[in-house]
Amino acid sequence: MIEFNRFVLSNGLRVIVHEDPSTPIAVMNVLYDVGARDEDPSRTGFAHLFEHLMFGGSKHIPDFDEPLQRAGGENNAYTTNDLTNYYLQLPAENLETAFWLESDRMLSLAFSKESLEVQRKVVSEEFKEHYLNKPYGDAWMHLRELAYHAHPYRWLTIGKELRHIEEANLDEVRAFFFAHYRPVNAILVVAGNVRTADVERLAKKWFGPIEPGTPTLRRLPQEPTQQAARVEKLNRKVPLDALYKAWHIPGRLDPRYYAVDLLTDILGGGASSRLFQSLVKEKKIFSNIDCYHYGSLDPGLLAIEGKLVKGVSMDQAEAAVDNELDRLIREGLDSRELDKAKHKAESMMAFEDMGLANRAASLAFYELLGDAGMMNSELEKYQAVDGASVMDEARSIFKPSNSNTLYYCAHAE
Amino acid sequence: MLNRTQAPPVKDAVEYPLNLKPYRYFRLTNGCEVYYVDAGPQEVLQVEWIFDAGNSFEDKNLVAASTNFLLKNGTSSRSAYEINEFFEYYGAYLNRHCFNETSAMTLHSMTKHLPVLLPVIRELLTDSQFPQEELDVYRQNMVQRLAVNMKKGEFVAGRLIDVSLFGQDHPYGKFSTPEAYAALTREELVDFYARYYQRGRCRIFLAGRIPSDIEPLLERYFGDLPWSGTALPLTPPKMHPSPEKRALVNNDPDSVQGAIRIASLFPDKHHPDFPKVQVLNTVFGGYFGSRLMSNIREEKGYTYGIHSYLQSYIQASAWMVSTEAGKAVAEATVREVYLEMQRLREEPIDAEELHLVRNYMIGTLLGDLDGPFHIIGRWKNLILYGLDEAYFNQSVQIVKTISAPELQELAQKYLVPERFYELIVY
Repeated sequence: MIEFNRFVLSNGLRVIVHEDPSTPIAVMNVLYDVGARDEDPSRTGFAHLFEHLMFGGSKHIPDFDEPLQRAGGENNAYTTNDLTNYYLQLPAENLETAFWLESDRMLSLAFSKESLEVQRKVVSEEFKEHYLNKPYGDAWMHLRELAYHAHPYRWLTIGKELRHIEEANLDEVRAFFFAHYRPVNAILVVAGNVRTADVERLAKKWFGPIEPGTPTLRRLPQEPTQQAARVEKLNRKVPLDALYKAWHIPGRLDPRYYAVDLLTDILGGGASSRLFQSLVKEKKIFSNIDCYHYGSLDPGLLAIEGKLVKGVSMDQAEAAVDNELDRLIREGLDSRELDKAKHKAESMMAFEDMGLANRAASLAFYELLGDAGMMNSELEKYQAVDGASVMDEARSIFKPSNSNTLYYCAHAE
Repeated sequence: MLNRTQAPPVKDAVEYPLNLKPYRYFRLTNGCEVYYVDAGPQEVLQVEWIFDAGNSFEDKNLVAASTNFLLKNGTSSRSAYEINEFFEYYGAYLNRHCFNETSAMTLHSMTKHLPVLLPVIRELLTDSQFPQEELDVYRQNMVQRLAVNMKKGEFVAGRLIDVSLFGQDHPYGKFSTPEAYAALTREELVDFYARYYQRGRCRIFLAGRIPSDIEPLLERYFGDLPWSGTALPLTPPKMHPSPEKRALVNNDPDSVQGAIRIASLFPDKHHPDFPKVQVLNTVFGGYFGSRLMSNIREEKGYTYGIHSYLQSYIQASAWMVSTEAGKAVAEATVREVYLEMQRLREEPIDAEELHLVRNYMIGTLLGDLDGPFHIIGRWKNLILYGLDEAYFNQSVQIVKTISAPELQELAQKYLVPERFYELIVY
């Protein structure tokens, strides 16, 4: 049970406080309700570029990192398709430094031309490092475009192409900031060796005077139900063939989410999962295989990904995966498999909550979903899932018409 | 009116008392040492069995790592599948890792399940069978994984720089090859297992919510095993650093970045300069505001990240600079690294920067001591290197007090280009 207090400032900023007197530190987590799904299709990668710019100086403070480091702190941030999250930790006595820094960059960035120039280059190197210069690094770019035709999940957070980032100008940066980086679109979590009364006083002092902004009204194009199987083939200079398959699944707030999550684990979580045991160990078709999903807020994808053992053909490999899915649908699962997945979910959540920063980020995430208190009822929701509902999900997800297949072929060198 | 240009007052790092929460200690009747930290917000724990079974103990390449990997792939009464299914059924995670001197088996579990899991851990440490078929699947998949990794410049660079520093016949420099995997036999693993696990030296580290009967529990399952209560003898092999200081490798003609490593040998943790150089390293490339990051990422945008660190082993350490930079700017990046070394040799670090680095180091250390897993990790890092609490306290004292002239002297001693190996892999 994670205890917390919650209040809302008059400008709409939601504040959550999690007191933990056992630690000498404090964590501040600021989540902005903006991600790559909110980008203009001709400016993809912008939300993530923006995350970099948030460290390039704010209205009254030329550098974010330096004063934080001087106060004994450190920080980081990440962008997903759904949200942007900023996190810092520092000795609890220096908590006010965190308020000073985070509130100033919520008030207004400095919008420096130099920072934009440099961060464009940095992001371009990040793009190369993670997506171009890595074997299989571009697989998900293709898979997303294959699976999504309307919804902005069709591009990665890093963006569709480098050009979008390279062409971004300061006016666009400014407009993006004032549209999304406002108190009404943000959630502030303060955790650690802090007291709610102090946090409330400091929040009012530093964040209170910021203009509320306009709440984001999303009118994202929804993905129409896929009607027919989709297939793409890539030839790349990689050592091994790889097979990727992805199926549409419900979003994070759908009540079906928990059964889908358990289904994913039954298929591909760990060395005793169905796919690993059958296809890597017994049949030796794949040298590794994974089944996963990203827990995205809008309807997402469940993916199976594996590298083929040399000498196995793509057809053989795909047939073997299909056969495992058919077997599950035909024979069902046994109750021990479902219990195993639930036990793993329980222990995973307990381990995640060991770290103060994780607890703070989770509170922010669940508040974004609608209620930070959901953090404490997740386990019950997993426990309530029965075998029949997992099987319902398997039958509805693994229909050929819902599938997207990417053959990632190693061409002869 | 709120003055946002005025930073709130900050409590300085030097004023923080920094104490490493003490561990509890006992020995099993066979001499096995147990260290534990009982704390944490959740009913979970982590248990590590650390053996003197790293690759320094093997006679043939990959035997130590492969034995370690296959520890949980079959006993006389359970198949690999049954073992995995058993632990996963209880929501537990059982991992293993092989290092240069030590190897580990690590269990993460809900505290309530520990009593049911321990007998099977005992089984793995006394009765692993290394079935031929498991070895064959492992070998095939590792060779495939290696082929993928060899396409990554950073992976290739990481291997080659260690060869330059230590020599390819040294445990710190040797690396995996398809041929070495092919040459492994089941008998070699069984023999290594017998010598270094069944009859080896084991130390146990626990952290999290520890059951109150932990002493009898561990005694029951591990106290009677024929383990050695003291360190196994190890003759440190000679290092053979490469005579060639510079290398450029074309690994992939289509590469859009160069993987850069610039590294020098450095003494082990017991050397008095070691904790001092940790401070100098932080200034140089050890945090986001470091000289290397500020110049090469934040000013020039050549890279997504550049870091320097001391990679320490029992016998020696390496001072390493590591980055991936755009192909067109890779050589310029290397030049800038040397320029930053030069600045540290020629100019004393100014008071404000040093003050910032002290506060940053102490503050993040404070953050790193959050929670039992981090605390036991610190202790393990002292104990396995033959160090103690005094070393920790002395290191903290050094961070708080080391002067700019001392740091400049260290830079003149160690940050000299002649000491460094330089490697770019495209």
